[in-house]
Amino acid sequence: MRTDLLHMTINELRKMMPWIEDYFSAFAIDSVHYGNEKLEELGSILGEDYFIEMESSSFAFIDGFFLFIEQARALQQGNGFTVESLTVLPGRNKNDEKEAFSIELKKGEVTAIVGPTGSGKSRLLADIESLSQEDTPTGRKILVNGRAPDDEERFSTEGRFIAQLSQNMNFVMDLSVEEFLTLHAESRMVNEISHVVQKIYDTANILAGEPFSRETPVTELSGGQSRALMIADTALLSPASVVLIDEIENAGVDKIRSLELLVSNNKIVLISTHDPLLALSADQRLVIQNGGISKLLKTTQDEKKYLKSLEKIDNKLTFLRNQLRRGEEIDFSDFPV
Amino acid sequence: MRLVTVAGPPSSGKTSIIIKTIEELRQKGFSIGVVKFDCLSAQDENLYSTHNIPVKTGLSRGLCPDHFFVSNIEEALKWAKGRSFDFLITESAGLCNRCSPHIKNVLAICVIDNLSGVNTPKKIGPMLKLADIVVITKGDIVSQAEREVFAYRVRQVNPRGMIIQINGVTGQGSFYLAKLMEKTSIIETLQGATLRFTMPGALCSYCLGERKIGDDKQIGVSKLVNFRGEEQAKGEE
Ligand SMILES: Nc1nc2c(ncn2[C@@H]2O[C@H](COP(=O)(O)OP(=O)(O)O)[C@@H](O)[C@H]2O)c(=O)[nH]1
Ligand SMILES: [Mg+2]
Ligand SMILES: [Zn+2]
Ligand SMILES: [Zn+2]
Repeated sequence: MRTDLLHMTINELRKMMPWIEDYFSAFAIDSVHYGNEKLEELGSILGEDYFIEMESSSFAFIDGFFLFIEQARALQQGNGFTVESLTVLPGRNKNDEKEAFSIELKKGEVTAIVGPTGSGKSRLLADIESLSQEDTPTGRKILVNGRAPDDEERFSTEGRFIAQLSQNMNFVMDLSVEEFLTLHAESRMVNEISHVVQKIYDTANILAGEPFSRETPVTELSGGQSRALMIADTALLSPASVVLIDEIENAGVDKIRSLELLVSNNKIVLISTHDPLLALSADQRLVIQNGGISKLLKTTQDEKKYLKSLEKIDNKLTFLRNQLRRGEEIDFSDFPV
Repeated sequence: MRLVTVAGPPSSGKTSIIIKTIEELRQKGFSIGVVKFDCLSAQDENLYSTHNIPVKTGLSRGLCPDHFFVSNIEEALKWAKGRSFDFLITESAGLCNRCSPHIKNVLAICVIDNLSGVNTPKKIGPMLKLADIVVITKGDIVSQAEREVFAYRVRQVNPRGMIIQINGVTGQGSFYLAKLMEKTSIIETLQGATLRFTMPGALCSYCLGERKIGDDKQIGVSKLVNFRGEEQAKGEE
């Protein structure tokens, strides 16, 4: 394959892999201008001095080209790393007592993590994030699809395997919603960019409640709009198969629909929360005490029965919160005295 | 002695991740010293000291800190050997995007942060392009999408390097880095070692294109860090 590509012209390469443009641009090479040149000749056409000026060499340029393609393909195929399940084998709590059981987390399932502040919820998320192998303070071991990942798998995933979402995260890029989504879609090398961008935008608007335009700079979105855009983008565009959510209770997004969206895109979802609505919409909840996992409770049919009325209460409270935020008078007509 | 060079733009999180990684390494029983190369500020020295990490600071003042680095790295290594450290980690602020302290066959780490903007990876130069490991920090305060885009941009300019996301505040991820540092090979001396990239500029032999490290290679303006206690200038040796 290597020689085939070397014989191709830049135009042919661009047609085959539009995203390859990004690699040329990193070397400040105008791929339109050199469109009719063959890849193997680019080195001598531009000259070694050009590459030295770029702090590289023509050899490194070609070598990097193939590495980039390899990595791009891996990215497109989600690294061939589809996660069906994660297993957390017992570690130890703060008193050095062994956790009593292991847990299996499956694709399309939501697990809530509950427990007092400081009990070790974040530590559990960190263990999962690092796919710990008895080498973190808890001594937990995480299996992926039933087996321990090797170092290569742990190291090479570059955070692509796990997506994180927390209250502290904000957009920092100086781009509009549309530009931002397009940039992300490009870096993910998806084929129908405008289609994907549209879908994420629409979904985010549904989750957000308060609509926003495509031209809004991402840094100017409200808390709820940002969270909605992050969730829609993670669900529809992130290659990560595991989503870790840390306290998004008062974010001003449609929580239930957000979870449904992530689950319907086959993610394994873990959510650390104190919010009864979020905890009960999960399939199960892990109770953390004193640094260790102490209980695993399946959400019962009985609990599920109350979800609807819980959601109504939650909506009322959100409504109140928004009235307060907007400086309006509070409408209590719906409330019992 | 295992030598690791850590470079990166100011405030990218170098000191934070070095401290967190040292904490991991210490748990495994290793001893580690740090040399900080900087232009003016010696603030990091206090930070390392409060974590009980033996540290020396070299201030380059008017010189490019990376040029200054090469003139002093061999002495730094001697200091570390004298103290019988298992690791010497150097921190240098990449103020000059044209230079880089990375040496062939010495583990080279570049630290950059998610806040620095999507176009930064293209601007940083050899310090990033020629690094073995690129540590990306501050992922805790930007969106997942921005993390992904940023990592992709790093990938474009350095397809060879390994990317590790580390939170400099909590240390999440530093464990990986410690593990990789452990694997790096032991070196005895840097005499004859080669820089990964020719440093431009016109201050000393290295400015003039010299890449070999060694006493006989150093001519022109060069300053030495005082590792032995008393003042010592290059000419008095
Ligand atoms: N939120 C956040 N802050 C960080 C992170 N890493 C470093 N910082 C902060 O960034 C600032 C600069 O860090 P420092 O390690 O001194 O950077 P250096 O100049 O590259 O050595 C400090 O205030 C750190 O606490 C991170 O991952 N997340
Ligand atoms: Mg520092
Ligand atoms: Zn310089
Ligand atoms: Zn110089």
